[in-house]
Amino acid sequence: MLSYLSLAISCVLVSNIVLTQFLGICPFLGVSKSKKSALGMGLAVMGVTVSSSLITFGLYKLVLAPLEIQYMQTVVYILVIAALVQFVEMLIKKFFPTLYEAFGVYLPLITTNCVVLGVCLNVVNLDYNLLQVLVYSLSVTLGYMLVLFVFSAIREQLERNSVPKAFKGVPIALIAAACMALAFNAFSGII
Amino acid sequence: MKAKEIFKEDIFTKNPIYILMLGMCPSLAITTSIDNALGMTLAVTLVLVLTNLVVSLIRKFIPTEVRLPVYIIIIATFVTCISLLVEAYAYSLYESLGIFLPLITVNCIVLGRAEAFASRNKVGHSVLDGLATGLGFGLGLLSISFVRELLGTGNIVLHNPFANGKEIFNLFGLMGIEEITTKYAINLLTSGTGAFLVFGLLMAAVAAFTNYRNNKKEKSVQVNVKEVSENA
Repeated sequence: MLSYLSLAISCVLVSNIVLTQFLGICPFLGVSKSKKSALGMGLAVMGVTVSSSLITFGLYKLVLAPLEIQYMQTVVYILVIAALVQFVEMLIKKFFPTLYEAFGVYLPLITTNCVVLGVCLNVVNLDYNLLQVLVYSLSVTLGYMLVLFVFSAIREQLERNSVPKAFKGVPIALIAAACMALAFNAFSGII
Repeated sequence: MKAKEIFKEDIFTKNPIYILMLGMCPSLAITTSIDNALGMTLAVTLVLVLTNLVVSLIRKFIPTEVRLPVYIIIIATFVTCISLLVEAYAYSLYESLGIFLPLITVNCIVLGRAEAFASRNKVGHSVLDGLATGLGFGLGLLSISFVRELLGTGNIVLHNPFANGKEIFNLFGLMGIEEITTKYAINLLTSGTGAFLVFGLLMAAVAAFTNYRNNKKEKSVQVNVKEVSENA
């Protein structure tokens, strides 16, 4: 029990997927202009990542490893992720139409989100069992949502301040992300 | 579009990393050393050229509704082939690139060029566009990794990935001042914080340069308009 808790904490804080492993930078800088869209994006990524990591883990253990075709990993995983994103898009369009309008083009772009494929590939390299895969994917995307939310709050404030012309937009956001990464370094002594 | 225009646009005017801001995930993690940046550039350029070639060859036969899954399958296949080749012939590069080699599949640049250019243009131009985009991506990666390696480790050392990581070039070692420069290196720049910092500062520098050039162009256009109206 305690090992799962420490796994969860280390994924959310210590080795945060955005600030330490550098996955998911494109939506991190693209979608984080408002707090609401950041939360929505985080939840969508969480749904896709958890479901796809469980399915791809099952596929790896039951199909790829026994048949010794592990090199087909990339192709199989990306097909599963693309299908799942399409499925989630259809669900959201049917049950939450306003949310679908708000997402716009960013929902299909979750297919090219490095976090989803990164988590699916990591669980194979780290050799987890099924429950650890569930805890890992949930806590990694929770950490992603946390960082995205905090960063969007910072960016909303940066919009109101006067920033030098060359730094407007992405450069000052990257400097803010550097300060965040420095702050998160403090967590490395927890576990 | 002529070949020269394609090259100029993809490398400078619409640089994937600094102007379009696509494919930034590897540009923060891989750029700790120039070796890794060069290896990543090679891999991405190969994937871009091959993907653009195949997509442009079969562009008339792909139905519009399923074009994105088709592109993704083509890209994933080529990434698997190249990743197996890198694992076989350049193992030190395979270890340094780690998870970012299969992650080229979801690199926005590759999918973006297949969708925006290769699906609408002839084979020759598409291949040139793939090459040019890869070079532009490499320019961005190399600029960041040059700063990070020089100031972060105090020295620029190049290794040969095809010969088991043997050292082939040691900048300050040749001058004999290697111990001094590595003692005064800024180790922060090799960490994550340094990645964001260097990237942000370089992007601001590129934006400042672009603004300066646009201002000069505007001023010259204004001067021309004034001259014409005065002479009339």
